[in-house]
Amino acid sequence: MYKSYGKLQVLRGVSVELDKGKVISIIGPNGSGKTTMSKCILGMVLPDSGDIRFNGESVLKKYAYRSQIGYMPQIGKYPENMKIRQVIEMIRDIRKDAAVDDELIGLYRLEEMYEKRMGALSGGTKQKVSAALAFMFEPQVLILDEPTAGLDPFAAEILKGKILKEKKKGKLILITSHVMSEIEEVADEVLCLVDGSVMFYETISDLKAQTQETRLSRAVAKIMNEGYKP
Amino acid sequence: MNKIIKYVLYDIVRNKIIVAYTLFLLLLSIGVFNLGGSPDKGLLSLLNLVLLTVPLISIVFGTTHFYNSYEFMELLVSQPIRRSKIFMSEYLGVALSLSAAFMIGVGIPVLLFAPGATGLYLVLTGVFITFIFVALAFLASVITRDKAKGIGIALLLWFYFALIYDGIVLFILYSFGDYPLEYATLALTALNPVDLGRVMVLLNLDVSAMMGYTGALYKSIFGSLWGIGLAFAVMVLWVLVPVLVSRRVFKRRDM
Repeated sequence: MYKSYGKLQVLRGVSVELDKGKVISIIGPNGSGKTTMSKCILGMVLPDSGDIRFNGESVLKKYAYRSQIGYMPQIGKYPENMKIRQVIEMIRDIRKDAAVDDELIGLYRLEEMYEKRMGALSGGTKQKVSAALAFMFEPQVLILDEPTAGLDPFAAEILKGKILKEKKKGKLILITSHVMSEIEEVADEVLCLVDGSVMFYETISDLKAQTQETRLSRAVAKIMNEGYKP
Repeated sequence: MNKIIKYVLYDIVRNKIIVAYTLFLLLLSIGVFNLGGSPDKGLLSLLNLVLLTVPLISIVFGTTHFYNSYEFMELLVSQPIRRSKIFMSEYLGVALSLSAAFMIGVGIPVLLFAPGATGLYLVLTGVFITFIFVALAFLASVITRDKAKGIGIALLLWFYFALIYDGIVLFILYSFGDYPLEYATLALTALNPVDLGRVMVLLNLDVSAMMGYTGALYKSIFGSLWGIGLAFAVMVLWVLVPVLVSRRVFKRRDM
């Protein structure tokens, strides 16, 4: 995939294959193209060139495949004057045929706040709504963009538990994050983007073995400092 | 599509501008008809007021609505829905609700005070103008992400069609007054939907006698069923071209 915004090249030839049943963490410095890459997969941003294949089929200019993706944006933006209940009902209305998993709504006690307007919610509560919506329809693929950034530790724990649970069901879960300890807890593999291209894509255990470090943050820092040696 | 239109309409009805717009048109129409004089005179005054206010309100409301619904569209774009569907639902939601307001606010008084073909043309023209200016509003909104710029472009478009264009036409007519300009003015009329609407209603009012040769030519063209059909076809083009262009831009843009 290639993508540029005007003169700014964001993705320069990112080419990866992601398999189901894994939790893959996308890391990289700010502005390295993590969010752009996930938005490309969702069709929110159209790549300049390249292709995105989902189960072997190109998804460019398609839309039905999105019923298999749950997306939790970095900053959830919702219509200010809709209530939580209305937003959830609307998305359910759109995805009528899908199975419904409202475990997170229960765990986050969102029902108690159903009548609140989206505009009146705190950032963390919006994140909870985003998470609940992403997991609601048993999608095959989950894309979580910095999911725990605005959540309190308790809510973040619930989310991590949910991620591991969904992984056991054989789903592909992509997480962009900056918190290495968190990645270590939930992810199997790490995909590192730097300046819009893939720097490395390895399993966490391989990374630790190569660098002879016990902590992921150290291992990644070591590779970043020395440049990548395959 | 209906599903999304439902939510768009719900959002529009909740903000009370549309109700205020309906009441404003209602008061305006009833006021004009009660000023005295014949129903035809009332229609003429109403026509001039409608051709000034309806484009302005449609284009400003359309643009602000588009920018205010940006979050809504962003939410939907990551769902399994076609982008063009999201766009068309937004467009139809706005255009239909403004048209409904117009039909209640102007249509009902016209039906009560001045029923007839001319009144029908006035209402039809108003509905077309609404659809056209909402389309232009959406075009202005997809061109730029900056809300202030978008509203600026929209207002410029309104200025151009409602005020500047007539100035340009007058200037041309005045400068080239020695040449036969009947067909040229006809073409110039088609290039501005507001003028097109005005001519269509005026010709039904029997004031065309005051418009000289051009009026006679207009009468011979717009007086026939064929001419009226052509005029409406041009109006439909005025709706379709901006809608399709902006839909195309919307489909390719990054959210």
